[in-house]
Amino acid sequence: MPQHTVTSYDDELKGLASRVAEMGGLAETMVNDSVSALVRKDSEQAQKIVQTDKRLDQLQHELEETAVLIIARRQPVAQDLRDIVAAMRISSDLERVGDLAKNIAKRVIAIDNSFNSKRFALGVEHMAELAQQQLKSVLDAYAERDAEAAETVREQDDEIDAIYTSIFRELLTYMMEDPRQISICAHLLFCAKNIERIGDHATNIAENVTYMVTGSQPQDERPKVDETGFVESGNA
Amino acid sequence: MSMDATMSPTAAEAANATEAGARALTADGDPIKMRGDKVCVFYGDKQALFDIDLDIRERQVTALIGPSGCGKSTFLRCLNRMNDTIDICRVAGDITLDGMDIYDPSIDVVELRARVGMVFQKPNPFPKSIYENVAYGPRIHGLSRSKAELDDIVASSLQKAGLYEEVKDRLDAPGTGLSGGQQQRLCIARAIAVSPEVILMDEPCSALDPIATAKVEELIDELRENYTIVIVTHSMQQAARVSQRTAFFHLGILVEEGPTQDMFTNPRDRRTQDYITGRFG
Repeated sequence: MPQHTVTSYDDELKGLASRVAEMGGLAETMVNDSVSALVRKDSEQAQKIVQTDKRLDQLQHELEETAVLIIARRQPVAQDLRDIVAAMRISSDLERVGDLAKNIAKRVIAIDNSFNSKRFALGVEHMAELAQQQLKSVLDAYAERDAEAAETVREQDDEIDAIYTSIFRELLTYMMEDPRQISICAHLLFCAKNIERIGDHATNIAENVTYMVTGSQPQDERPKVDETGFVESGNA
Repeated sequence: MSMDATMSPTAAEAANATEAGARALTADGDPIKMRGDKVCVFYGDKQALFDIDLDIRERQVTALIGPSGCGKSTFLRCLNRMNDTIDICRVAGDITLDGMDIYDPSIDVVELRARVGMVFQKPNPFPKSIYENVAYGPRIHGLSRSKAELDDIVASSLQKAGLYEEVKDRLDAPGTGLSGGQQQRLCIARAIAVSPEVILMDEPCSALDPIATAKVEELIDELRENYTIVIVTHSMQQAARVSQRTAFFHLGILVEEGPTQDMFTNPRDRRTQDYITGRFG
C-alpha cells in the first residue's frame, strides 16, 4: 500500500501495529511460562508472571490511548479504520490472555505441593501447547495480514475444546478416586478452563484479522465441541 | 363478456408497464430520479468525462467525491445543463430526468433548472432583500397568484431551509448582510422556493465554519425526505456523514459507486481506498 500524503499518519499506524506485536509476544511468553511453572511447580516463576501482567495491562492502555488519538486526529476510513479497530480489539483479547495466564500462575502459588501434580498436569500441558500454537499462528497471521491463515486458526479451535472435554472427564475421575485430590484437581480444572479461554481469544483475534484484511466478519458459526455440560459424573 | 374478461387484465398490464417505464428502478429496487448513460464531456479538444454511467436515486443524497479536476463538478453541472453557459463545452451521451432526455432540443432549460435546482460553493444571494431573494424564483415562474400566496412560499421555503426563525423579523434586510452560513441557507431557501425535485450542491459548505456546516448538513438530511440531492464535496467526512450513496471520480472516470457505508469501510477499488485514506500521490 502506498504511503499517506501525511507521513506521520503512517508512523502512527505502524506504531499501533508494533505495539500489538509487542503485546502478543508478551502474552505468548506469559502463557508459556505459566504452564511450565505449573508443570514444574515453580512458584518463583509464577510470581514473575504476575508482575509481567502489569506491563501487558499498561501496554494495552497506551495502545488504546494512541488509537483514540488517531481517530480524533485523522478521522480514519476504510483500511486505516479497520486496522485501528482491529488493533484495539486484538489488544483487549491479548490483555485477557494475559489475565488468564496470570490466573494460572496464581494457582501455581496456591496449589498444595504435597501431591505429585505432574501426573495430573500432563493433559493440561498438552492442551496448553495447542493453545500456544494457536496464539502464535494468529499473531503471525496478524503481522502478515493473512486472512487465510487466520481462518485456519479459527477452524482449529475445536481441537482445544475437544481436549478440554477429555481433561474434564479425566480430572473428575481422579477426584472420585481420592477426595484428597479434589483441591489440586479443581485448580487444574480451572487452569484447563483458562487455557480453553485462551484458545477462544485466539479465535477472536483470528476473526478480527479476517475483518481487518477483508472488511467483513466470518459469517459461518464456528463448530463448538465443548461438551463438558453433557458429561455426567456417572459416566466419567 | 368473455372478451372483456380477457381484455381488461391486458389493459391493466399495459398501464403497469408504462408506469414502470416512467419509474425506472435500480437493480436493488430504488427508484431512479436521474440517470447518466455513457456521458462524455469535452471542453474544446480536451475530454473531461469518459462514459459516465450513474444513477441518481430518488430521495437519497448522492455524494460525488474525487480529487480536484476529476470531473465531479463537471458531471454535476451536466445534470441541469449549467455547462450550456460554457461555449466550448460539449456533452455526449444521455442524461434523463424521470426518463426524459434533458438534452432534447425541445426541453425548456429554464423549466429544467426549476426542477433541478442548484446551490453553489460560495453563497451568492442577490443584492436584494431576504424576502426578494426567495420570492424572485416563484415570481418569474408564475408560481403564485397573490401576494399572500407568495408570502407563504417565502416563509415555508425559509422554514425548510432552517433560516426562518433567524430572519423572520428582518425579511426586508439585505440578504448580503447575513452571515456566511445564513447566506448559504438563504440560497438553499431560494432553490427550494421553486419546488424543485432535485437539488444539486457544489461544495455547499466549503466556505462555512464548522457550526454553519453542521446546520447545512442537518438541513440536507431533512431535505432528503422531499428532494433528491446530489452533492459535490471535498470533505470525505462530509460525504460519509450526509450521503447514502457515494460516487468516486478520478481523471474523468467514474471509478466506483456504492452505498456510502461500504465506500468508507470497505471500498472495492484500490484507487478509492487510496484517495479516501489520504494516500494519493
